[in-house]
Amino acid sequence: MSASQPHTLGDVVVTMAGVGKWYGDFKVLKDVNLDVRRGERIVICGPSGSGKSTLIRCLNRLEEHNEGRIVVDGIELRHGMRDIDKVRREVGMVFQSFNLFPHLTVLENCILAPMKVRGTARAEAERTARLYLERVHIPEQAGKYPGQLSGGQQQRVAIARSLCMNPRIMLFDEPTSALDPEMVKEVLDVMVELAESGMTMLCVTHEMGFARKVADRVIFMDRGEIVEAETPDVFFDRPASERTRAFLGQILPH
Amino acid sequence: MSYEFEFGDVLGAWDELLHGALNTLWLSALAMLIGLVVAILGAFGKTSGPRWLRVLIDAYIEVIRNTPFLIQIFVVFFGLPSLGIRLEADQAALLALVINVGAYATEIMRAGIESIGKGQIEAGKSLGLTPLQIFRYVVLKPAIQAIYPALTSQFILLMLNTSVCSAIAASELTAAANDIQSRTFRSFEVYFVVTVIYFALSLLFWGLFRVIERTLLRQPARR
Repeated sequence: MSASQPHTLGDVVVTMAGVGKWYGDFKVLKDVNLDVRRGERIVICGPSGSGKSTLIRCLNRLEEHNEGRIVVDGIELRHGMRDIDKVRREVGMVFQSFNLFPHLTVLENCILAPMKVRGTARAEAERTARLYLERVHIPEQAGKYPGQLSGGQQQRVAIARSLCMNPRIMLFDEPTSALDPEMVKEVLDVMVELAESGMTMLCVTHEMGFARKVADRVIFMDRGEIVEAETPDVFFDRPASERTRAFLGQILPH
Repeated sequence: MSYEFEFGDVLGAWDELLHGALNTLWLSALAMLIGLVVAILGAFGKTSGPRWLRVLIDAYIEVIRNTPFLIQIFVVFFGLPSLGIRLEADQAALLALVINVGAYATEIMRAGIESIGKGQIEAGKSLGLTPLQIFRYVVLKPAIQAIYPALTSQFILLMLNTSVCSAIAASELTAAANDIQSRTFRSFEVYFVVTVIYFALSLLFWGLFRVIERTLLRQPARR
């Protein structure tokens, strides 16, 4: 597999400038600066506790930052903002633990937000849902409940559920970390296809094969800081920082 | 010691007993329904409301759970008229029952809501749902599923508690029994028959709860 295909990037859709965040006395994000352009695919990796999940959770305000500026899709995220839902409906998120709604069928999981948030009619929402279930290769599971699916299938439903809102940006928080090994590929395949469709993506993952294949930039975080942000070629072959080299040495097969 | 059972007079008043039983049935069902609404609102307020509301709901729950139901009925029936609110005995009974079961059921519902994982709520948020929509579409049904056995037990207790409403002569089964007893002096027989009727009513409600569980609250099979 070659490194990511060159493709054109649009305007800046995410800006993080001097972002900091504390959990009590512990500073989990330190002076994070990052611009993401439309269509860009970013992979974030780093040791556990390095702040990578916190970083992307700040982008849809599941976590609130304490200093600096975050602008997502033209809206600045501020303390006490009342229109956060406006940002969230444009930013999809896929979680490590899927978080499908267990009492709703796959189809109902997919149409809930389009109907309630966007006001889409049921028939239209169902059409869109079936389209995306097709895209994640499980159209035949529409009538089942999440508990009846494998982990890989559930995660693909979770991706479809997010896509049904037609988001402009997709966030992935370790989407394959809770999966059995044999199910990782089916989820990564869907993510690669999504990347090829031009979606703006920020993925926290340790799947370095995925990073090499689709990432425009790979970001390495350690102790709340962005240590390195490079194209996959540079990142994997000529990392500038000693910390990056040490990390890669630990996770890449020898 | 010997006692000769004489059911003739009691069974002769079967229409009064039936009427009382039906009233007990209605009073209980209505109190359960309204009580459930109170519990859902109370639990939402207690888990997501502003601080002053949480304090208020806590006070309500503690007062109701730490005082006798009989006294609560007396306060509603004899106390409220002093404030200019005059209620029929049946209305006062319903109100007291709702206030009482609302407090217990709110606590049960709160436990159900808190059993829902944080990830569910975050998924709802990330899709752009409002807090109220998350409660309504994501949290409520799994929460009720989680606490359904506790909730239905509480509702059976409520049904049995309606007998206390005879103290203000609300028209329900125990009041009807008291009437028959004072006319016939057949206490043992009357209350024996009434015991059987209450037991039958309990079984009826258990059956109804079972049907609801299997239809409206059906849990999908796991793989």
